[in-house]
Amino acid sequence: MKRDADFDELARYSGEWMRGEGPESDIVISTRIRLARNLADFPFIRRCSDEDRLSIERTVRARMESLTDSHWKSAHYVDLEPLSEIDRQLLVERQLISREIAESDGSRAVAFDATEGYSVMVNEEDHLRIQVMKSGLDIKNTWEQVNRIDDMLEEVILYAFHPRYGYLTACPTNVGTGLRVSVMLHLPALVITEQMDRVFRSMQRINVTVRGLYGEGSQYTGDFYQVSNQVTLGHSEADLLALVGDEVAPRIIEYERKARQALLKNNRDDLHDEVSRAMGILSTARKISSEETMHHLSKIRLGISMGLIEQPDVKVINQLFLQTQSAHLQKLQGRALGTAERHARRASFLQHHLAGKDDATWN
Amino acid sequence: MKCQFCEKPATFHITELTEPVGPQVMHLCEEHAKGFLNKEASPPMTAIASALAKQLGQSGDVLEELDQKECPVCGISFFEFRNSGRLGCPYDYTHFESDLRPLLVNVHDKTEHVGKKPTRSAGTADSLAKMIGLRREMEEAIEREDYERASEIRDEIKAMEDPIAPPSTPSDTQS
Ligand SMILES: [Zn+2]
Ligand SMILES: [Zn+2]
Repeated sequence: MKRDADFDELARYSGEWMRGEGPESDIVISTRIRLARNLADFPFIRRCSDEDRLSIERTVRARMESLTDSHWKSAHYVDLEPLSEIDRQLLVERQLISREIAESDGSRAVAFDATEGYSVMVNEEDHLRIQVMKSGLDIKNTWEQVNRIDDMLEEVILYAFHPRYGYLTACPTNVGTGLRVSVMLHLPALVITEQMDRVFRSMQRINVTVRGLYGEGSQYTGDFYQVSNQVTLGHSEADLLALVGDEVAPRIIEYERKARQALLKNNRDDLHDEVSRAMGILSTARKISSEETMHHLSKIRLGISMGLIEQPDVKVINQLFLQTQSAHLQKLQGRALGTAERHARRASFLQHHLAGKDDATWN
Repeated sequence: MKCQFCEKPATFHITELTEPVGPQVMHLCEEHAKGFLNKEASPPMTAIASALAKQLGQSGDVLEELDQKECPVCGISFFEFRNSGRLGCPYDYTHFESDLRPLLVNVHDKTEHVGKKPTRSAGTADSLAKMIGLRREMEEAIEREDYERASEIRDEIKAMEDPIAPPSTPSDTQS
């Protein structure tokens, strides 16, 4: 394990899970599975002393370092406590760590691999949060990888486990399997045709949570929704994976496809107009917020998947979703930026990349 | 503070667990809080809240007694758990078992784990609980500046710790 990571370098590329490939990638952005685990001989985070947190972090690090599997050779292990706020924010934007762990205090860390297919948070709400992310709808491979990492860690770390309640977690909502499988979907057509309420309602009966993403304090959504299992106890991992991956996600994908077809049939010109306007704004604006950027990028992504426009490549759009977020923008700029400056630099960044140029020539 | 959805004052502050963002506090007026809590798709945290609300419906004496119940290992009271939604240590699942059961039913509709199990089980539940207790004792010793006692306890914990498995022979750890 490398005890560091180059954050400037990190900001320049998007993780493999964001490459916009994989099954159903016109609608499914990513599949993510996380396991919550705790060390058996420590209190949960809430009752940890500073010394306990430090011991947990050191124990986990030492034991990860004792693993010889190639998986860990390329891993970065980053101590989050001394890290700058921007670098922590960068990890949040890449979904390698949660906002909660970024903003908490005390000893905490993250291990992640170079392609960012996985990360292990240390001292989050639970001692360990192991997560694997893949592009598109790919439950099987995502599970296999997270399960393998869990097996490896289990050989060197003694987990809190109860014969009746399974893997014990700080919050009883995660107890049992400790498993949360989440599929991130891009559902602009369902939003445009005002059918999201119906989708939400139909999901309520089957132990699944649907959440809007990026909806931080504003009504804006960016049309991204995350579907995940609600329960963790009393159902096997296989059942939970099947619930989200075989039952729920395919159903929502089908709704979205139908809505897209209906839009093409009935409102093709309106839609094409909206997509082109979104392109126009992002290609010419002089200052723009990240919310507005997401909103228009979402429209462009829809236009590309529906064949209304051919340029740019969806990979470029995915990259822009990531790199126009505040911390990425500031890392790419090489310095901290105030809000007004950020809006101006974001507009410039969008203009540059939508014109088909790359990072190297942006300044 | 105003409600997130209208101009009325926010009188309800609901913590909702969202992935991957983590817990988010919602500030709502009474009307919007009602709408939020009654949504059929109650997120896990609201399920906890409503299970706890049911316990709140119990007679005052019973609840007061329950609130004062403390885990002998980590020291968390049921009151603290009720307020934070977070438990203090693995032993809480044993110590508060009958109190947590209704909550687990409410959240998961089940009370028995099905699925993956760790392949090794070094140490008994008792010895693990003892270690957590010792860590707490050590902290208390440090607080009262009894460093001699703290260092004794540290040694005691060290002796009980699961040794790092030799990486080349992982099967050795399957004791
Ligand atoms: Zn309101
Ligand atoms: Zn306890």
